[in-house]
Amino acid sequence: MNIDIALWLAQDAVTNGAVYVLLAIALVLVYTVTRVIFVPQGEFISFAALSLATLQDGKLPGTVYLLVGGGLLVAILDGIAAIRAKSMHQLPKILTVNVALPLLVAALAWWTAPRTDSLWLQIIVTFAIITPLGPIVYRLAFQPIANASILVLLIIAVAVHYVLTGLGLVFFGGEGLRSRPFLDITFPVGVLNVSAQSLLVLFTSLALIASLWIIFERTLYGKALRATAINRIGARLVGIPARFSGQLSFILAALIGTASGILISPTTTIYYDTGFLISLKGFVGAIIGGMTSYPLAAIGSIFVGFLESYSSFWASAFKESIVFTLVIPVLLWRSLTSPHHEEDEEL
Amino acid sequence: MRRWIIAVGALVVFAMMPLVLSEFYVTLLNYIGLASIVTIGLVLLTGVAGLTSFGQAAFVGIGAYTTAVLTTAYGLSPWLTLPISLLLTTAIALVLGFVTLRLSGHYLPLGTIAWGISIFFVFGNLEILGKYSGLADIPALNIFGVSLIDGRQFYYPIWLTTLAALLATRNLLDSRVGRAIRALKGRGVMAEGFGVDTTRLKIVIFLHAALLANISGWFYAHFLRYVSPSPFNINASIDYLFMAVIGGSTQVWGAVIGSAILTLLKEWLKDILPKLFESSGNYEIVALGLLIILMLHRTRDGLVPYFAALVPDMGPRVRPAATLALPSRAQPQAGQILLEFRQVTKSFNALKAVSNLSFTMKAGEIFGLIGPNGAGKSTVFNLMTHVLRVDDGEIRLCGERIDQLTGPEIARRRIGRTFQHVKLLPHMTVLENVALGAHLRGRCGVMAASLRLDRTEEARLLDEAAKQLQRVGLGDRLYDTAGTLALGSQRLIEIARALCADPVLLLLDEPAAGLRHMEKRALAELLGELRRTGVSILVVEHDMEFVMNLVDRIVVMNFGEKLAEGSPREIQSDPAVIEAYLGGVE
Repeated sequence: MNIDIALWLAQDAVTNGAVYVLLAIALVLVYTVTRVIFVPQGEFISFAALSLATLQDGKLPGTVYLLVGGGLLVAILDGIAAIRAKSMHQLPKILTVNVALPLLVAALAWWTAPRTDSLWLQIIVTFAIITPLGPIVYRLAFQPIANASILVLLIIAVAVHYVLTGLGLVFFGGEGLRSRPFLDITFPVGVLNVSAQSLLVLFTSLALIASLWIIFERTLYGKALRATAINRIGARLVGIPARFSGQLSFILAALIGTASGILISPTTTIYYDTGFLISLKGFVGAIIGGMTSYPLAAIGSIFVGFLESYSSFWASAFKESIVFTLVIPVLLWRSLTSPHHEEDEEL
Repeated sequence: MRRWIIAVGALVVFAMMPLVLSEFYVTLLNYIGLASIVTIGLVLLTGVAGLTSFGQAAFVGIGAYTTAVLTTAYGLSPWLTLPISLLLTTAIALVLGFVTLRLSGHYLPLGTIAWGISIFFVFGNLEILGKYSGLADIPALNIFGVSLIDGRQFYYPIWLTTLAALLATRNLLDSRVGRAIRALKGRGVMAEGFGVDTTRLKIVIFLHAALLANISGWFYAHFLRYVSPSPFNINASIDYLFMAVIGGSTQVWGAVIGSAILTLLKEWLKDILPKLFESSGNYEIVALGLLIILMLHRTRDGLVPYFAALVPDMGPRVRPAATLALPSRAQPQAGQILLEFRQVTKSFNALKAVSNLSFTMKAGEIFGLIGPNGAGKSTVFNLMTHVLRVDDGEIRLCGERIDQLTGPEIARRRIGRTFQHVKLLPHMTVLENVALGAHLRGRCGVMAASLRLDRTEEARLLDEAAKQLQRVGLGDRLYDTAGTLALGSQRLIEIARALCADPVLLLLDEPAAGLRHMEKRALAELLGELRRTGVSILVVEHDMEFVMNLVDRIVVMNFGEKLAEGSPREIQSDPAVIEAYLGGVE
């Protein structure tokens, strides 16, 4: 390996690592707030990438049906609950948010689909389709048993992953898709040809991380999320409903997932089931951070990016094996350094 | 008698299956059997102990590939490859278990996902394993000169193995170790307090599940006579987990029910859904995912409870009796120094929870530790029971330092405790809950329990538990489910459980909290009675009246320091205590 290749691999590593960082942050966020180990986070990524690519092909992505159908289900469930509780005044809001808005997004997507040359419009529509899927998934799958054990929540997360992957195949077919590059420019920096695309990935990730930091540190909503993460019961007692923080964390997770999906869609061919492997790599990063620390998870994810990049050069067939086997020494290290006292939980 | 008729009838029906069913259904039954063997291990691991593994298919794969390579490339006999693959799996499971099971619950699933995925890619990329196209021409199994070539012949070894695994696992759960395994889910701290080495036990059942998966894989390779990576990928692991979840957590039979439901459902969905939607697609995983979500929303215990209702009740049970009671060891001489705190200090950052605390408790007395909220009483308790570590100073029991010991080591020094918030296993019977207290007084392990070689010892443990329950006045509630009893009775169960440990020191953490007046009086009488039989008791309590009428000596704590020490009468007239409790005179 010469220095050119090493640097080129490093560029690749940082670009991929940046996406894993976003992913790990979303996973840590959802886990600390709701205790859900959110395996399907990768599906937001693949759905976003594939929806964008489908729009660029001038077609309506199938995720629109998921949005409208999911919204309808939420409206039915919430509507029944509201009627049972005799609070009819909630019905207009329930219908607006869960039925009218998704239909509006669907109309926008339908209008956008033939206008294949408007990248910004396509990106906005992709965000509008995929981000609401987060709270919809939370409402339908997790909210009804939000207080179940971590194990039950994990199994539900895996079941959601099954549902979304299966639907992904229906929506997008088995073929892989790739969207057009946003910026088709490269410029030389020393011996290295830096692509504008990877710089875009890097800067967008940094901007997202910075804005998340501002949300957590400076806004009431962000503080509510942090409070819930630290002490769920305490947060509830001071008037932060678990449902609210759960929905908020899933909105953020879906938002981050959509952004990551859009960012990687021009550089990677995405299949309907690619998201799973990507999100598991994010998990490796998150595990390095013990599922609770954002900075450690970020460092871990960058490390995963490097490991993946360099092992694909030396032993490309075993790239995945090497990345995932890394978890074992990391867990060993955590196991030896953190003496653990498991709290008994309520049965 | 009726149960035997049902069991024999079921066996006969099962044995007849290959004779009446078509080859297709026999093969399906074989797959159900193979899946059941894996799932039995998972029910124990996930359902009973609350640990999740996403790596079971990888263990199946290790079993299948080991025998595939060794029989095809090296010409070894399948009967030789089985022990080899079992050894290999043992080594891998021990490493995985060691690194993940010391950490909190969710690291095992994450660790096993990673392991499952990486081994899948190893299967798919190694030349010697035939890469993604796999290995063919695996020799058939040969039993007593009969070569097992078709599915009908394979039916019997597969289902006999399933049955053996079921019985062994059921026996294991109904034993001393089984009670400890059932305590792992959510009651680990309590179990450690009675001497259960929870980390070791978790590794043991993880190994148990891995070995069963390995056996299933070995059968699979010789049944199909062809292996390729895809049946051992992460989705297969998820399927096994779903089988365990569908079957449920409470009974090992759930494994067979879950495997049957999932296998048949997948087969059926694959058949019917494409016709319904008139296009191909992975509809069955969508349907499966939705079903699992709906089922977990409705019932978290799986479907077994519904099936269990069909089985006739076993009728009233009789109190266990053993011909030979468990030997109890000598109590220290009354008046001898039992427990000593020497200048013990414990801080949480800047806050000194316990500061320079010294006191001495004598054998045979009831010793009270009281103080206002935040005085440090619970910290003292936790320091004695390994939940917290002292920063400075020493704690001694019968002259021996105990502040550096682990939970099980402290339990072995015969400290029995109760918990401020009752920690029972609500789904277990009162008798089983109490027998857990006698964990250290038995020796039979996993093997003995699986093979039912532990029955004499088991009878003695249950006999002891029944005796202690009689002692606290619950002799008529032995077979009630612990969760159905009132709080007062649950506290008594905890005391009986602690007594089962044959303790030299009984630690009671706010035993009167939440009790009604009459219950408190009954509790005080019981403790007085225990004192007369030579038990030494340390009580942490809020309730002044309760303490004052009961104890021999008191230490009053305030802000982590000892405020006063003496008899109840001395304490009641101590000006410092009065000031702390009632506020000083201006």
